[in-house]
Amino acid sequence: MKLTINGESHEYHEQLTVTQLLSRLKLRPDQVVVELNRSILAPETHNNTELKTGDVIELVQFVGGG
Amino acid sequence: MDHLIIAGRQFNSRLLVGTGKFSSNQAMVAAMENSACEIVTVALRRVDIDNPQDSLLSHIDPDHYLLLPNTSGARDAEEAVRLARLARAAGCEPWIKLEVTPDPYYLLPDPIETLKAAEILVKDGFIVLPYMPADPVLARHLEEVGTATVMPLGSPIGTNQGVRTRDHIAIIIEQANIPVIVDAGLGAPSHAAEAMEMGADAVLVNTALADTPDPALMAQAFRKGVEAGREAYLAGLGGQRLQAEASSPLTGFLRND
Repeated sequence: MKLTINGESHEYHEQLTVTQLLSRLKLRPDQVVVELNRSILAPETHNNTELKTGDVIELVQFVGGG
Repeated sequence: MDHLIIAGRQFNSRLLVGTGKFSSNQAMVAAMENSACEIVTVALRRVDIDNPQDSLLSHIDPDHYLLLPNTSGARDAEEAVRLARLARAAGCEPWIKLEVTPDPYYLLPDPIETLKAAEILVKDGFIVLPYMPADPVLARHLEEVGTATVMPLGSPIGTNQGVRTRDHIAIIIEQANIPVIVDAGLGAPSHAAEAMEMGADAVLVNTALADTPDPALMAQAFRKGVEAGREAYLAGLGGQRLQAEASSPLTGFLRND
């Protein structure tokens, strides 16, 4: 399954939910906002959102700013 | 007591602090604490998957500070709206500092895209604090679409030039019915004091606190500058004049003429 994550292509060889992807990337779900195919995902839906090939994902977090 | 009220919410501090450019999280936290601020801005960026950093949020206590995400990076209304909605999805209260800056050299806010985005975001239930050029007519339009404040720039972001837009900010302060927060370019406590003496409701400072060897001390200085400016404004400043006016009586001089 080919996923575009933050503008870069990644290959995965198994089914993944959003929760599982975040876990694979060692990201804390409470610190990341997920956008899937230009749609913002509510955190409650991460666990039952199955990713499929061609999905475009943005993983976004808060950083310093004025 | 003299409180700052934004969208019906009361604050004691009139100094808003940005969290960007600090040399370390410790420096950032020290500046926040010494500023006595209650509102801090943050930005949104892609996670670096190869090198995930511990979130900034672990250093900002949500019980002490109101988080004000900004839409920095947005080049048009659509990008700003997208960023605002992402920020809201992070679980924040729906406060947003709207920032639309298409030109990376001067980072000046786009008035047309800002107004467009403000209208969309207000309708979408956000409490919108728009960063804007010091344009009194635009300020009126933003107030009409329902923003919670206006945030005219003193000078371009990060330039430390101070209040270069003084005359137009004065008009905005005179005409606005919502709080006026002077934001950007304030490089010294005297700049912040100047804005407050003019009657601004608050100021937002970032670079001046981050870009110094002693952020904690600078934050303290800015806190005092903001308080001094506000107190002078409330006390009532005398006008400027051309002719001298003696401070002691013009009689009783030790001479006979």
